[in-house]
Amino acid sequence: MNPLARANRFVTLTLLVCAVSCPARIWPQESKSAAELTIAAAADLSSALPEIAQRYEKRSGVKLRLSFGASGALTQQIQNGAPFDLFFSADMDYPRQLIASGTADSATLYQYAVGRLVLWTPANSPLDPQHQGMKALLDPSVQKIAIANPEHAPYGRAAVAALKQSGIYDQIKDRLVLGENVSQAAQFVESGNAQAGFVALAHAAAPTMEGKGKYWIVPPDTYPPLAQGVIVVSRSQRKKEAKDFLEYLQSPEISQLLVKYGFTISAK
Amino acid sequence: MSIDWQTFRLTLELAITVSAILVAVGLPIAYWIAFSAWRWKFLVESVIALPIVLPPTVLGLYVLVALGPYSPLGRWWISLTGHTLAFTFAGLVIGSILYSLPFAVQPIAAAFAAVDRRIIAASATLGASPLRTFFRVTAPLSLPGILTGIALSFAHTMGEFGVVLMVGGNIPGVTRTVSIDIYDRVQASDYTGANQTAVLLLLLCFALLATVYGLHRRAWIFGPVK
Repeated sequence: MNPLARANRFVTLTLLVCAVSCPARIWPQESKSAAELTIAAAADLSSALPEIAQRYEKRSGVKLRLSFGASGALTQQIQNGAPFDLFFSADMDYPRQLIASGTADSATLYQYAVGRLVLWTPANSPLDPQHQGMKALLDPSVQKIAIANPEHAPYGRAAVAALKQSGIYDQIKDRLVLGENVSQAAQFVESGNAQAGFVALAHAAAPTMEGKGKYWIVPPDTYPPLAQGVIVVSRSQRKKEAKDFLEYLQSPEISQLLVKYGFTISAK
Repeated sequence: MSIDWQTFRLTLELAITVSAILVAVGLPIAYWIAFSAWRWKFLVESVIALPIVLPPTVLGLYVLVALGPYSPLGRWWISLTGHTLAFTFAGLVIGSILYSLPFAVQPIAAAFAAVDRRIIAASATLGASPLRTFFRVTAPLSLPGILTGIALSFAHTMGEFGVVLMVGGNIPGVTRTVSIDIYDRVQASDYTGANQTAVLLLLLCFALLATVYGLHRRAWIFGPVK
């Protein structure tokens, strides 16, 4: 066989192998064997949800795949066909948007917790947010204040509302830097690039953050409540498993866990 | 129309600043790569090519942490300027220079290497200093490659997203570039605004690139003849 023909045969073979194997790569859910749920979750759950998922996997054998992001960004992805089964939002408005557009199932909407906003500074900061509260931000050493982007992150909107309520918004608004979501806002402060930031209590109180910072819980009556909703996506092929997981979320065990991670469970 | 002109002005300023600095920095580096006979030169070439394979997130991480206030380099910068590199225009410029360096250096080095060594030698035998030879012989003959280097680093900076998202902090007029603006609009469901901005960016980049590549062709036809 001449080398050209051999090369040709090799290319044809490679193409054939690709044609057979690629669809499985592109649409992995078709080859799903074990029960598996794909979950989109607000960034404030990035500490609590992995622990919940671990417990649930042990208990039920259902595997949970987690993606975190800003609630608004995740809403966009779901509206445009992202293959999620469940969506944990940091507010109730984004799930309602999904219901309105027919991409989520209204009967499954459940408020699993209320988030808390905190003002956070690194441990070695000269500021004392616990005693000074919002006034700490007026200190001249504060050059940058990190918040989540209020355009698509509920914690960003809460931070702006609380700053406006306290009357210092206009004084500090030129010092605001926007994180893509509340986790990035926390990271801006943790890396020392911003001197203070508004993050989720779930970040500030997370075990991994112990000793790294000081925080002050922003009075909850100064911003619209961060009521957090979870909802099943209409397109999900795993509605049964999704609903089972939602049921598990309502157990006292999980409520306690969420409280440990800095969420409040409201009486319904 | 809901186009945010400020983001366009800012992005253009960033791209012009970065490509201007990259020409100044890229010319000597490219010259050294083209003419040095050092055995380990390939190591330097590899380092310069790294940003092509490196994800922008890695660069972003380094600007935030390695140049942040908890590192010696970051502290030095703060003592110099009074603020961190992150969230500033200077931070974006430094990130973009690292990110676009190979796009400036590689075409220029290739053009230098393609210049006929006998012409350079002739210039030297006629008594011209190396610097004079460079500006009168090597650089003019390499003009198409230099133009390509400028055009590519300019275009690469215009379209930059990852580094800016990680270190910019989305400040209007300082670090909110067009690509970030488009991203925000999509996240906030403003598809119309995102589309208008994207179309304008496309047209603008096409016009700029077409101008440069047009010049490039002329340089091919008339340059060497002159």
